[in-house]
Amino acid sequence: MQELVSRAKELLANGTVERVLGWKAGDLPYNPEPAYFYVEEDFDNFVYNGFCGANLSKYMIEASKMEGKTLVFLKPCDTYSFNQLIKEHRVDREKAYIIGVGCKGKLDIEKAKKAGIKGIESVAGADMSDACDTLTFQTIYGEKTCAYADVMLERCHVCKGKEHVISDEVIGESNDTKDAERFAEVEKIEAMSPEEKFAFFQKELSKCIRCNACRNVCPACSCRKCVFDSTKFDSAQKANVDSFEEKMFHVIRAFHVAGRCTDCGECSRVCPQGIPLHLFNRKFIKDINEFYGEYQAGADTDSRGPLTNFTFDDVEPSIVTERG
Amino acid sequence: MQRIGVFVCHCGSNIAATVDVKKVAEMALLEPGVVHAEDYQYMCSEAGQARIQAAIKEKNLTGIVVCSCSPRMHENTFRSAAEKAGLNPYMVEIANIREHCSWIHKDMEEATKKAVILARAAIAKVNLNAPLKPGESLVTKRALVIGGGIAGIQTAIDIADAGYEVDIVEKTPSIGGRMSQLDKTFPTLDCSACILTPKMVEAAAHEKITIYTYSEVEAVSGFVGDFTVDIRKKARYVDSDKCTGCGVCQEKCPSKKSLSEFNRGLNTRSAIYTPFAQAIPNVPVIDTDACIKMKTGKCGICEKVCQAGAIDYQQKDEIVTQKYGAIVVATGFDTIKLDNYDEYAYNQSKDVITSLELERVMNAAGPTKGHLERLSDGKHPKEIVFIQCVGSRCADNRGKSYCSKICCMYTAKHAMLIRDKYPDVNVTVFYIDVRTPGKNFDEFYRRAVEDYGVNYIKGQVGKVIPQPDGKLLVQGADLLDNKQILKEADMVVLATAIEPNPDVRKIATMLTASIDTNNFLTESHAKLRPVESPTAGVFLSGVCQGPKDIPETVAQAGAAAVKAIGLLAKDKLLTNPCTAKSDQLLCNGCSTCANVCPYGAISYEDIEVNDHGIRETRRVAVVNSALCQGCGACTVTCPSGAMDLQGFSNRQIIAEVDAICR
Repeated sequence: MQELVSRAKELLANGTVERVLGWKAGDLPYNPEPAYFYVEEDFDNFVYNGFCGANLSKYMIEASKMEGKTLVFLKPCDTYSFNQLIKEHRVDREKAYIIGVGCKGKLDIEKAKKAGIKGIESVAGADMSDACDTLTFQTIYGEKTCAYADVMLERCHVCKGKEHVISDEVIGESNDTKDAERFAEVEKIEAMSPEEKFAFFQKELSKCIRCNACRNVCPACSCRKCVFDSTKFDSAQKANVDSFEEKMFHVIRAFHVAGRCTDCGECSRVCPQGIPLHLFNRKFIKDINEFYGEYQAGADTDSRGPLTNFTFDDVEPSIVTERG
Repeated sequence: MQRIGVFVCHCGSNIAATVDVKKVAEMALLEPGVVHAEDYQYMCSEAGQARIQAAIKEKNLTGIVVCSCSPRMHENTFRSAAEKAGLNPYMVEIANIREHCSWIHKDMEEATKKAVILARAAIAKVNLNAPLKPGESLVTKRALVIGGGIAGIQTAIDIADAGYEVDIVEKTPSIGGRMSQLDKTFPTLDCSACILTPKMVEAAAHEKITIYTYSEVEAVSGFVGDFTVDIRKKARYVDSDKCTGCGVCQEKCPSKKSLSEFNRGLNTRSAIYTPFAQAIPNVPVIDTDACIKMKTGKCGICEKVCQAGAIDYQQKDEIVTQKYGAIVVATGFDTIKLDNYDEYAYNQSKDVITSLELERVMNAAGPTKGHLERLSDGKHPKEIVFIQCVGSRCADNRGKSYCSKICCMYTAKHAMLIRDKYPDVNVTVFYIDVRTPGKNFDEFYRRAVEDYGVNYIKGQVGKVIPQPDGKLLVQGADLLDNKQILKEADMVVLATAIEPNPDVRKIATMLTASIDTNNFLTESHAKLRPVESPTAGVFLSGVCQGPKDIPETVAQAGAAAVKAIGLLAKDKLLTNPCTAKSDQLLCNGCSTCANVCPYGAISYEDIEVNDHGIRETRRVAVVNSALCQGCGACTVTCPSGAMDLQGFSNRQIIAEVDAICR
């Protein structure tokens, strides 16, 4: 972590960047939050550890409008989101100085809590320099340990890899933490009957409190004004006519980001209700892969997304391919 | 608030027999904004239109809904009627209660319920309609004909005779198409080349016609009256201006092993070649795959022997960009591949040939110089079996579901010609049905049977088995006699199904013209607009639209020409005002809409905006309404809903859906 701080200070001092976008310590040992750093003293609060799951790409939309360059720390999977935003003309590459930071998998504190680790006062073993195989918690009930992988975010179990697809320089080691099949969960749902599917989604989505965290964190949900907030479409008053209106919010959101979602998993990470929102997006990704060939949104900045492109070989799923 | 009138048409009994039209009018009156509703026998009649006009004036209507047939039939009728009564034509909506309702339902109660719902949706939409005003666009007085077969040639001549410039784009080195490969033509048995070549010469000599052979359409943009087309002129490696067509290069070319496309691969040609003697232009091309100079750098014989100095190995493909007011597609057909029909042993025996190959065998300029002989050993055949419907009228997925239409006639022609020239040859035809509708067609077929003794057997062939002695054992069924037939033949001729030229998919996509599941281009209306594509300014000529013979093709070619001339004769066209528009305060500038726009109508500008007090420069989408065709692709792809289509706004469509779901 000190490497990141000293490099950031150096780039601030020599005028390469005007500000730094990173993470600062939160009010609990496991909830750091995105923050800007302008002067040396600001860095007293700087952290980078296993809890820095937040994808900073989206903040670069606003940062792109500011004077001068912004240094941004991006983990390997965050760089896909940044690329996608370049493609959509939402961020300005020239306004960003990207330091690719090493990542050994990010953590989901809820998993630790579910495993019975409560009253956490501090956590060790999740720093950049740590091996990241065991976590040690100091709790009000004493010291507890668990395997690092057992507390990892779902998205890290299907890690996209160690490569930063865009960066000016890279600091720190990364681990490829993939140990699960990316589409296994989707396949399980695909195998359900329509009734079971409906019941599944009703159960999950009924937890939704419409806090909009998923939308606000999503790098693909970068519209200046979301259709759900706009008075232009008469959609606002529709929200309350159906007892199960959450389904429409999430289904429409999934449609809006289809083909553009990089599967960064932020939606599920920030959901306070623990809804596995990424499953919607991943179903689209799976279908797109099957219909149009493997496609990873954000892998580059210039290819045409399969849903906004046409080739003579395109399938016509509704006619040609029978699907469940 | 709008003041809406609703007019429910009986369409004689077409609607009224299944839909309670009075009830529809009654129910419509209950809808918001509706101040007048009535029903009438024929709304499209003069009297019906007069009722609409009277109601507009008397009740000060601001919008009307006509519950009638498809808007494709009478939208224009009602729009102009409304306009004459002082109403903006875009304040007229049609609820299609005929094609969408009465024709497809039997139960009156159900159909009436649906008709009421359809009316309700149209009323909900018209409540949000705003008057629109069409713009104008200029018409480029030049037509493009894609394909240089008989269809394309005839269309081009007819358009050119009317005084308009026409370009023909033909992908092979010569115009002439399939017809140039035929030996004789039914039902008159005149020589195909003898009647085709004068047409080819006429087209080539016509001062208004420019022919691009060995060329392909590369890109199409624009819209009716103002298409811009890139034509790729493939390098011939022969300078057309210098070449005298003497043919010495072809004689001297040492690479003579390439299969002749023109002779369907039955013999070979040189690497530098013209496809056939009467080719237009009579300028050869070099096949780079076969040319020794191109492959090894050594040779150059053609260059040395060319007195005119026309050979140019450095020639490059050239892109010609040209503007057109109208485009006629005349891409023609090919025979299907026979890979799915192994039972006929086409790939096993040289003596099993397609009918188109037989045309070449019978032709004096063909691989056998017109002598009927077996391609395996050159022997004179004694028994020839024709098999009809190979790949046509196919119930399974192996072939085509449709009738190829020409095979019964050309098989009768082949049978007759063979029997006439070689009375010693026995000819047997296996058929499912013999279909001969057409002037003098059945007489022609009967001549084959009655005067020429061709043996017609109703039944299909199950298998053709090549024998060790070179004969072909044909296993078939005689359905009339109800018995199996085993017949030894020296040659088998397959009446192979025809299909649209596979390239048509690409061309249709460039033109945004629709094609059906068999790759035939779709007409705008199967009966009433048979030569117009649903895409404005695109017309259809020949087999690209459906199987047809030469007389029908020529007739349709003329019809397509007339439609194109009708368009080119206009100086200006009214443009569709239902175009997209972006809300600059909502636009993210993400370029997604520009990516999906098939007309290249969307560009981006950096503009200063004042968004509720926030002043900033934003990249926003701008629609060129002259290019926009109102397809709506941008509006559905726009994630923020910034793109909207005038006349079909998101709010209008949601209002319609709401009205239906209410």
